[in-house]
Amino acid sequence: MDVPILKQGPYLIATVQSALTDADLMGLRDKIVSGVGNHRARGVIIDVTALDVMDSFATDTLCEIAHMTRLRGARTVIVGIQPDVAYAMAHMGLTLEGIHAALDLEEGLTHLNRTAARGAN
Amino acid sequence: MSEPAVAEEVRVRIDDDRAIVDARQKGRAMALKIGFSSGAATLIATAISELARNILLYAGRGEIALQSIEREGFPGLLVLARDEGPGIADLDQALEDGYSTSGRLGLGLPGVRRLMDEFDVVSRIGDGTSVRIVKWKHA
Repeated sequence: MDVPILKQGPYLIATVQSALTDADLMGLRDKIVSGVGNHRARGVIIDVTALDVMDSFATDTLCEIAHMTRLRGARTVIVGIQPDVAYAMAHMGLTLEGIHAALDLEEGLTHLNRTAARGAN
Repeated sequence: MSEPAVAEEVRVRIDDDRAIVDARQKGRAMALKIGFSSGAATLIATAISELARNILLYAGRGEIALQSIEREGFPGLLVLARDEGPGIADLDQALEDGYSTSGRLGLGLPGVRRLMDEFDVVSRIGDGTSVRIVKWKHA
């Protein structure tokens, strides 16, 4: 399942629309990392509202995406983790180490704008 | 304690990464049918996802069997993950947080153990691995 990525100003917004296989997750990672260069993006939002499970591989891959985009000069924010998914992740001991998470797309954009205004990276 | 009665069984063959998604979706559907909350169904689906990936990663192929069970009036969901892969050399180590031979997170088995009510693993070198997990729906 391909994840559409939209460009909005200096940001890329990737919206997951259904369950993702491991190969889909790796495809998303490659698409975002190259997209940051192609669009000279300063921030990335990954909307995972539609994900019904975040297991260790999904968590690991999202962390990897965030770290890779950071090395390319763009911040990544994960938005839309569902309550049930957060509950399972907390039980499993899975954390999004060093990554910013926000409630929804709006909060994610606010965070990126605030970070850009501060000039921090 | 008596052996649980099996009301329904669904088997999913694990031989590619799409099967991981299939197994966890079937597990969630069965959990909801049994009457688990959506939070508990997500815990079960996450555990199934980890076990299915272990099969694919370490053995290449295997099977996930999902059973709707009942013991002493309590319904539950049992997951049996079986493969005929190389087996786990050091089980105690595999059950420690942070251990993985695949180079990834290695939270698989200890994480799964924390999600479920029962957790048993049997592994023999050269013979394969079998993981049995159960979640009970408490009154």
